[in-house]
Amino acid sequence: MRTAWVVLRKDLRVESRTLETLPAMILLALVTFVIFHFGLNRDTIDGQEAAGVLTVALLFSAMLGINRLFVAEREQGGFDAFLLAPVDRSAMMVAKAAGLFIYLTVLEVVAVPAFGLFLLGRSLGPPLAGLVLVLLLTNIAFAAIGTLVSGIAVNTRARDLIGPMLGLPLLVPALIGTARALGPLLAAGHATTSPPLKWLAILALYDLVFALLAYALFDFLLEE
Amino acid sequence: MSPLFAIAPALPLGQAGKYVAAAYIVVFLVILIYVGIMALRAQRTQRELEELRRDVEAVKAAREQLEDDVDPDESDRAGRGRTERSEQIA
Amino acid sequence: MRSTTYGKGLPGLALATIVTLGAALALTFFYAPLDANQGFLQKIFYIHVPLAIVALCGFVFGAVMAIMYLRTGDRKWDMRSYVAIHMSLIFGIGGLISGSIWAKASWGHWWVWQEPTLVSYLIVLLLFCTYQPLRFSIEDPERQSLYASVFAIVAGAFVPLNFLAVRLATEYVHPRVLNLEGGNLPGPMKLTFYVALIGFVLLFATLWKYEMAAKDARAQVRRLRRTLLGDDAGRPYGRSAAPL
Repeated sequence: MRTAWVVLRKDLRVESRTLETLPAMILLALVTFVIFHFGLNRDTIDGQEAAGVLTVALLFSAMLGINRLFVAEREQGGFDAFLLAPVDRSAMMVAKAAGLFIYLTVLEVVAVPAFGLFLLGRSLGPPLAGLVLVLLLTNIAFAAIGTLVSGIAVNTRARDLIGPMLGLPLLVPALIGTARALGPLLAAGHATTSPPLKWLAILALYDLVFALLAYALFDFLLEE
Repeated sequence: MSPLFAIAPALPLGQAGKYVAAAYIVVFLVILIYVGIMALRAQRTQRELEELRRDVEAVKAAREQLEDDVDPDESDRAGRGRTERSEQIA
Repeated sequence: MRSTTYGKGLPGLALATIVTLGAALALTFFYAPLDANQGFLQKIFYIHVPLAIVALCGFVFGAVMAIMYLRTGDRKWDMRSYVAIHMSLIFGIGGLISGSIWAKASWGHWWVWQEPTLVSYLIVLLLFCTYQPLRFSIEDPERQSLYASVFAIVAGAFVPLNFLAVRLATEYVHPRVLNLEGGNLPGPMKLTFYVALIGFVLLFATLWKYEMAAKDARAQVRRLRRTLLGDDAGRPYGRSAAPL
């Protein structure tokens, strides 16, 4: 796993110096909130609607990050260098997935308060911990599927199209889980403090299955 | 037709009948279209086989022509052997 | 060069399919009793549900073939996987359309979100619709098979999870439209259903074998051409979504 750590550190260092992906993701989320305000023509939203809006905004930003995940490797020969080195190939998958997870977490640290400010119109209060838990599970789902799909897409001809095309249907159960888990937490009057257990279970199951699958299958994507 | 309807359970061919018929017809059509496409592909394969046969014949003829030019006597014996072998392949 | 084995048994299989489907048709209209709630409309059940089940199993079947390809590296498995997924998509579209017609007749709308099986089904079909564009966008045949197999496995694992998630998400505010589970069927309906199911399974198997035989024949023609006439004889292949 040291290899994974090395690759991850490299990616984070590059991102912190070039600031290519993360600001765009954050910006996209914020603009999406604005668009939803106008699209729904409401000052505040709450409950299941709010959960839906937040989920969709996070999804768009995640897609942006997913598209960019392997681009540097492909353009600058990182794949070849990695294949030549005597290291475990799945390390690249772990590194990229971890990187994506970190990007998404940073994104949410900015976007969720912004969401509270712009669209909820109030502070979140006690449900915040539950919200964080749900979003962490969602990030794992995005990371697993995103890395897999991005790995497939980077070697095809219609690179930017294939990623979302494959990833969006695959992510539907996770998105259902996220939106439904967040709904009760964002309700205006009687918000619950802990997310509904069945949706947490679904998210956890999804994460487990697809993280394992992605880890097992990623090797085959790197074969020449 | 009426004795058939007499023994069959009541077939209320009113509203519901149209939809049931539509569903069955759609499924039948989908399968039919698929078989049709497969038939077209089979035709294409036949054509490719024909071309292949013609090409093989052309190659054989060219080869025999070449041997006739090189040596008329030997080529007859050798050519016959080779012709038999290539007939086995084709 | 192995001769094609897919054609073997095909006529018998086709005959069995026709007989079984014919029996299913007869049973549906002359034996199965009318449903108490839906009356004659319920007859759609005997083609919609078998189609859906066969399509979903076909997708999982395709995923299993893909696993075999990744384990053995033999392109034949990739061909089998491709054909299975292709056929399941066609069966699936038939199932979706028949389900939609049933919904329209029962509920008045061509599409209902309240029916979780239809919704999960739609998502699964949307996912598998991306299979062929994915293959088409990869030029190198080896890589195409590899990536398609990875996708097929992930998509196959997706099917049960998706059904679970959607079913949990659909609140039963309205009574379920297509509410005929296999367990609650009375005897004659059950028999008819199983005959129909077997008929569609046989149909899938027959068409699958048929398609494999056709593809195999074409591949052999091409190989023959290359062997006999040299590598540059014959038309260039061009990009294709199907494994050659």
